[in-house]
Amino acid sequence: MDKRLERILPRVQKPARYVGGEYNAVIKNKAEVDTRIAFCFPDTYEIGMSNLGMRILYGVMNRMEGVWCERVFAPWGDMEEEMRRTGMPLFALESGDPVGEFDIIAFSVGYEMAFPGILNLLDLSGVPIRTADRTGLTPLVIAGGTAMYNPEPMADFIDVVSLGEGEYVTEELIELHRKARREGWSRRAFLTQAAQIPGLYVPSLYEVDYHEDGTVKAITPKEGAPAQVTKRIVPDLDESYFPVKTIVPSTEIVQDRVMLELFRGCIRGCRFCQAGYVYRPVRNRSSELCARYCVDACDDSGYQEVTLSSLSTSDYPPLTGLCDALEPFCAQRHVNLSLPSLRADNFSMELMQRLAKGRKSGLTFAPEAGTQRLRDVINKNVTQEELLRSCHTAFAGGYNAVKLYFMLGLPTETDEDVLAIADLAARVMHEWREAAPNKNRGVRITVSTSWFVPKPYTAFQWVGQISKEEYERRVALLRDAIKTKTVTYNWHDSETSVIEAVLARGDRKLCKVLETVWRKGARLDAWEEYFSYDRWQEAFAECGVDPSFYANRQRPADEIFPWETISCGVTKAYLRREYEKAAAGVTTPDCRTLCGGCGANRLTGGACRV
Amino acid sequence: MSKLRLLFTKEAQASYISHLDLLRTFQRVFPRSGLEIRHSQGYHPHPILSIVLPLPVGQSSCCELLDFEVTQETDGQGVAQRLNEGLPAGIRVLACYPAVRPVRELAALQAEVTLEYDSGVPAGALPELSALLRQEELLVEKRTKHKELATVNIAPMLCDCRIEEGEGEVRLFVTVQAQNPGLNPQLLSQAIERYAPRLSPDFTRVRRCEVLDGTGRPFR
Repeated sequence: MDKRLERILPRVQKPARYVGGEYNAVIKNKAEVDTRIAFCFPDTYEIGMSNLGMRILYGVMNRMEGVWCERVFAPWGDMEEEMRRTGMPLFALESGDPVGEFDIIAFSVGYEMAFPGILNLLDLSGVPIRTADRTGLTPLVIAGGTAMYNPEPMADFIDVVSLGEGEYVTEELIELHRKARREGWSRRAFLTQAAQIPGLYVPSLYEVDYHEDGTVKAITPKEGAPAQVTKRIVPDLDESYFPVKTIVPSTEIVQDRVMLELFRGCIRGCRFCQAGYVYRPVRNRSSELCARYCVDACDDSGYQEVTLSSLSTSDYPPLTGLCDALEPFCAQRHVNLSLPSLRADNFSMELMQRLAKGRKSGLTFAPEAGTQRLRDVINKNVTQEELLRSCHTAFAGGYNAVKLYFMLGLPTETDEDVLAIADLAARVMHEWREAAPNKNRGVRITVSTSWFVPKPYTAFQWVGQISKEEYERRVALLRDAIKTKTVTYNWHDSETSVIEAVLARGDRKLCKVLETVWRKGARLDAWEEYFSYDRWQEAFAECGVDPSFYANRQRPADEIFPWETISCGVTKAYLRREYEKAAAGVTTPDCRTLCGGCGANRLTGGACRV
Repeated sequence: MSKLRLLFTKEAQASYISHLDLLRTFQRVFPRSGLEIRHSQGYHPHPILSIVLPLPVGQSSCCELLDFEVTQETDGQGVAQRLNEGLPAGIRVLACYPAVRPVRELAALQAEVTLEYDSGVPAGALPELSALLRQEELLVEKRTKHKELATVNIAPMLCDCRIEEGEGEVRLFVTVQAQNPGLNPQLLSQAIERYAPRLSPDFTRVRRCEVLDGTGRPFR
């Protein structure tokens, strides 16, 4: 072990995060490796190791001959301080080698608030943060993940953006880079060639012109780069790689269990939900394969908990059959199945009985809005009756805690909608009185609200976020309306939602802001301990950027969006139709009931097999 | 049902795995080896396994002991090999055998404490250190279970000490009391800082080498 590291570790919290050596971590012989990849997650070990995408791509890259992919996570504040004090550069967990010496530095970016952290990791590696200041073929800085569907605020820093699912395109990119190094291409030549691979977006090959009012006038591709880059997908999940044999951390992480991915995409089409649109089309993994992966993954890892993961697990057609098929194995091996993302409209007694036996703690539903009118606007097709029936079922079955998630600041929201949240909670309470077999145990109903952030590639991408003052007024309104003591109200008062709204639909003018805010100390800004709203405000002021231009402005129908070079498959015309239907309060049926013609089926070259 | 004991190493990267994380790690590796850990009865069954003398985070050891119960009848043969296929780097099971001797017979432990001096070992360090460690009273400050600082005399818990000088380091081979109360050898470095500040090392490394019973023989 590195001597500097040995001396630092006793001084920092949770040192096990920084040493690697976990079961199934991949160690290769450097003599047989010609491509070294530092796969960076711009958040802590506990968060990054909980990310399934990271595990999939780690496996995909490491099964390539001559390629060694290693993991890198953001150090916590105390660790960074020690590293900077002792001059120790950022290192990869498997080999301990400095990240700056790697051929490719790849970032998995799931969340806008991770942007400053990316600059910080590059800096800790001793790599120039700006793509323009990196002259050689190595290290190549690439990024992918949901937050990279609009990479424009990061355009100055990232060499190549990988769009969509990385299983295939990552291999293609690595092979091209290998060829370029072997044949001694220039950096420019490599980037131009990379832009020709479907799914790869090279920001430096696009010139953006702006109108005087700051909106985009035109985006012009250069050097043969395509006018539009479409995300990549895995057409058939049964054919794609799944990390059955995966790293088992030696220290506790957030999702410390087997993550079994049942399907990708979502049939629902909630109009605020970016994941629901960008992960289309829906592709199911066969139930037989899921069952086999579950058993094999438990066998290899020794985990006794499995999350049946997807965007909306109760929408998996063979779900009950899968649970039944796994029942004997789970009973014999003390394995619990957990189901996140339940929908209130198809939650059943049948399903409930299959959930973790014995432990009936709490259930979570997300009605998102208090009135039917507003739920119709956002296309969250759950009725009050369905929600109450589901709660009734749960209470009757012995559950005594329900969490209800809502958003404040949704388009067209009125005070009546806000107050209806309190009313709904009271009705849930009433259901408990009716249904609970043992009232002595009491009940806990938790209402949580977050602040709606309009995201690109959604039906609400044209909409402005409500102001901070207005959001706070609505929180107060709801707080005063919740009178029952058994209902706890939690609200997200974090100002991160404002910054998230700015970055999510930002353009290249924000690159300067990101660099400024990072220089002022922004790092792990997804963490409340580190986030400073004032620091962001200062950075906006210094760069002459008005955050409300990005966050609060209602955008006209004909505005060219900064992210329009990128397509996630769903067309802008479809999203506009959804936007108009939202304004009219008209719902759209789910994909299984009726195809809405969103355009994502073009990615598989036929009709979706929902 | 069988009661078994593991003898294992915990070194290099694995030295940084905390006690609770180590228990979790072992809980996961047992199913892989085909052994079914016995669970406690009740509403929330938990696996029955315990680490005999948890090693402080950051120290390494080649003589850790873990006691556990399995539902099968076995004398532990072949278990070490099967477990080793699934353990993190730095943890290696050396032996698995029926747990016969009660843990209370474990009386002392031997450790190697390396004091590193970046600008060379100070002149006269050896005689000064050996005199210091023979003192009748060595007071150090220690956090109690209630998180308060308490001053403790560690001299009675230090049974034996041999000193050796190396390149830029001094090595103490100590035998200390293991339990009721036990001495964390790391505290010796704190005593040095207190009584002989000029001999304060730049870094202290601790390695547990052997666990002993009351007669001074290895405890297994």
